[in-house]
Amino acid sequence: MPDLLLELFSEEIPARMQRKAAEDLKKLVTDALVERGLVYEGAQAFATPRRLALHIAELPVRGRDIREERKGPRVGAPEAAVQGFLKAAGLVSLDQATVVSDPKKGDSYIAIIEKPGQETVAAIAEIVPQVIRSFPWPKSMRWGKASAAGASLRWVRPLHSILCTFGPETEEPEVVRFDVDGIASGNTTYGHRFHAPQAITVRRFDDYVAHLEKAKVVLDADRRKEIILTDARNLAFAQGLDLVEDEGLLEEVAGLVEWPVVLMGAFEERFLEIPGEAIRATIRANQKSFVLRDPATGALANKFILVSNLNASDGGSAIVAGNGRVVRARLSDAAYFFATDKGSLPDLDTFRDSAGTLGLDLAKPLDQRMAKLDKLGVVFHAKIGTQGARVQRIAALARELAPIVGADPDLAERAAKLAKADLPTEMVGEFPELQGLMGRKYAELQGENPSIAAAIEEHYKPLGPSDRVPTDPVSVAVGLADKLDTLVGFWAIDEKPTGSKDPYALRRAALGVIRLVVENGVRLSLAGVARDPDLVSFFHDRLKVVLRDAGARHDLVDAVLGEGASNNDDLLLITRRVDALSRFLDTEDGVNLLSGYRRAANILKAEEKKDGEGAFAAAADLQLIADAGLIEEKGLAVALAQATPKAEAAVAKEDFEGAMAALAELRPAVDAFFDKVTVNDPDPALRANRLKLLNQLREATRAVADFSRIAG
Amino acid sequence: MAGAPVSDPMNPTRSFQGLLLTLQRFWAERGCVVLQPYDMEVGAGTFHPATTLRALGPKPWKAAYVQPSRRPKDGRYGENPNRLQHYYQFQVILKPSPPDLQQLYLDSLQAIGVDMALHDIRFVEDDWESPTLGAWGLGWECWCDGMEVSQFTYFQQVAGVECAPVAGELTYGLERLACYLQGVDRIMDLNFNGLEGEDRVSYGDVFLQAEQEFSRYNFEHADTAMLFRHFNDAEAECRALLAAGEAGEGANDPRHSLALPAYDQCIKASHMFNLLDARGVISVTERQSYILRVRELSKACGAAWLKTAGGGAN
Repeated sequence: MPDLLLELFSEEIPARMQRKAAEDLKKLVTDALVERGLVYEGAQAFATPRRLALHIAELPVRGRDIREERKGPRVGAPEAAVQGFLKAAGLVSLDQATVVSDPKKGDSYIAIIEKPGQETVAAIAEIVPQVIRSFPWPKSMRWGKASAAGASLRWVRPLHSILCTFGPETEEPEVVRFDVDGIASGNTTYGHRFHAPQAITVRRFDDYVAHLEKAKVVLDADRRKEIILTDARNLAFAQGLDLVEDEGLLEEVAGLVEWPVVLMGAFEERFLEIPGEAIRATIRANQKSFVLRDPATGALANKFILVSNLNASDGGSAIVAGNGRVVRARLSDAAYFFATDKGSLPDLDTFRDSAGTLGLDLAKPLDQRMAKLDKLGVVFHAKIGTQGARVQRIAALARELAPIVGADPDLAERAAKLAKADLPTEMVGEFPELQGLMGRKYAELQGENPSIAAAIEEHYKPLGPSDRVPTDPVSVAVGLADKLDTLVGFWAIDEKPTGSKDPYALRRAALGVIRLVVENGVRLSLAGVARDPDLVSFFHDRLKVVLRDAGARHDLVDAVLGEGASNNDDLLLITRRVDALSRFLDTEDGVNLLSGYRRAANILKAEEKKDGEGAFAAAADLQLIADAGLIEEKGLAVALAQATPKAEAAVAKEDFEGAMAALAELRPAVDAFFDKVTVNDPDPALRANRLKLLNQLREATRAVADFSRIAG
Repeated sequence: MAGAPVSDPMNPTRSFQGLLLTLQRFWAERGCVVLQPYDMEVGAGTFHPATTLRALGPKPWKAAYVQPSRRPKDGRYGENPNRLQHYYQFQVILKPSPPDLQQLYLDSLQAIGVDMALHDIRFVEDDWESPTLGAWGLGWECWCDGMEVSQFTYFQQVAGVECAPVAGELTYGLERLACYLQGVDRIMDLNFNGLEGEDRVSYGDVFLQAEQEFSRYNFEHADTAMLFRHFNDAEAECRALLAAGEAGEGANDPRHSLALPAYDQCIKASHMFNLLDARGVISVTERQSYILRVRELSKACGAAWLKTAGGGAN
């Protein structure tokens, strides 16, 4: 069966878009083929900087014939009905229709429409231009003369040629002919821009790949990655170094070359005084090169790995020299930034009032930067105010939270005041991803307490579900203060996340608070710091997500939160309660108590309908039970009298296991009660009293959770 | 100039001016009008009306020119090896963008002495946007051995107007390119005239003092009250010219008659903003509103240009 080969050859496609584009091409073309009944054996898509390619194996030569019957009106139907039928079925006259007889309904017309299967070549010639015209590039453009007209072709960068062949392995494949905005399909492509710029005639996928390889193009991005990684590791190994691997960079670099040639460059050792993270950041971001590590010390080496796109005639020495020069210039900049940041600012006097307000020591470089940040009035958010004011709030809150998380209040306040001080540094200005980390370095250099230095870096954490949660109490205090201030601020201006929109990463901030609190065992009353009840319930929603992701049942969280959700503002307690409830419901006692509760609740619901809501709210009359009640009734009353205060006391002590155990003690009495006692006794007094008893049971369980919200 | 002997002072690998002249000649030979710098302070070669305005409208246009670019904020008192508040861009604009623009660009590199068998040339994604010009385009930074030597852009929109047809724009960072070609690490050390011994003139000989003085001016002395005033004046003048140039109801000639002078005022306002920004007197929130004000001017100028003969109005 024949194969399809398609290549779209263009100017350089952004590296970050290539993989998705190849997948989109495959999906769009194969979906359209399948929609026409053209099924295939396999499909593979590829991308290089200059081309998207698609190979579809074993397509039929033509689609299946389609036979369709269309029912028409009965014989002798009015003219209008006949005309409508002829039109819909595409017939000229009734002679072309068939008459069928039905013993009950009589004779009627049907049209038999037979469509021969479409030639696959014709289908491809229809599909591909459509796919090209509506291709889902994240950003696309117009170009050239054609762009003078309104609806000219859009592509990610100018599209130059289209190769499209179709045919079986044994024969000369045919060129699928079509035209997209003046680009006629053909069977030629081009090799490497510099090594093999001539046109290459291609027949099918096999010789396409082989021709490209000869023309210094590795079609498969994963193979390019493999080549780069292997060569990079080998070059590093030869120097006794380790490659600092970086999947994101590898993927990008593989999208910047058609013929990867891996080379090693070097820079002066003196640059190694710059923090390694900054060296890596500049070499990665600006040069798209890899850094290397000394396996003995773990420190960065003064070498880097670059990936070029050329087998240079001098073996690559000019390329290495050129890249080295740029890396040195970049590192000179970084060294200059680092030195500047460690020194005093020139215009210190203008920051005195800011330093005063914030209690900063202008003798220290990092304090100066914070004073500058405040003085410049840098805005955090137009409606929330400046960074300076924000830092003041965070410092006050961190101080307030310090005793709760077991941190020294002075350390927490100081750490908060320096937490954003690296934002106006040269280094962070150049490499925003180093925020926090540079602050920590500069804090260490000016001799801050290690917990303060750590908190400056760690207060941003956790940055995601898999990120580590800091444990140093100072970091916890500042981290909580920072995130809570952000959340409270955005809630105050009514900028809450909606649907998929969360531009200020507020969900992440709330998740951070939850993980800081739960994983560090912090007891924090949210209502006190969150102010807005809506923010508290936002936390509840996030907590549900967290607990559900951790495997907890969603309904148990609801049961614990109960109706008065806003009173439940201690995330740690909620979590512990859910844990205890979940374990309890895994026991036989738990399961039976739950079913006892449900019976009680159902009976009450039915009877309350008759007698009215709250009819049985009063305590049961113990005297009546003693005088006229059954022994099982008495048993439940006694058990409730013992278990209820026990459970309540345990809850008050936050001993949820104890509370569950107390409730478990009710089980034999509840089982016996339902076994022997008829609730709806003919005697109205006895009936009411028994219902009151059941109400007491319902209330007793409420001490730990709202059992009515438990599913299943 | 392909084939110029290395000993020739005008060889682009020997002198800054040789590089300039070679590029001019190269693009002149490919049909560009070679213009001289626009006689106003601009932040980038794109601001030259030969690019901004000529990119708009249906008429074909090919031009190349050197444009001094002023970026007050980038001043380093001449101390940074590769950052200046005044530097040169070589700008090429081709409308509509020719199908072989990438190849033409590579040929131009060859012409200035970049050997494609030795050097690794790459086109790395870089989408261009000028918030003050209300312009954007797609293209690349062009790398030579890991160094960005040019910007390559297919203009999609300028002054808020869709480009039809699209123009291709090439911007060569001349100092950086010259450093590369001459094998020099500091811009000030570039050989300007290609001569040696006592006849040698370096880039520093020509520009070091200017860098120092203008850095002082930009950061320390520029009179901000006056700059604010100039900004407002330029804005008002721009608007007045745009209104005055508009053909009235029932006029014989419906075209706009003052688009170019109005655009000059827009350029002026933009430069005033850059100076104010360098002086650090524009807060983060205000910044956005100044950018918007300039953009409004540039959009209005673009719209006026489309009503002139140059913009295709008949």
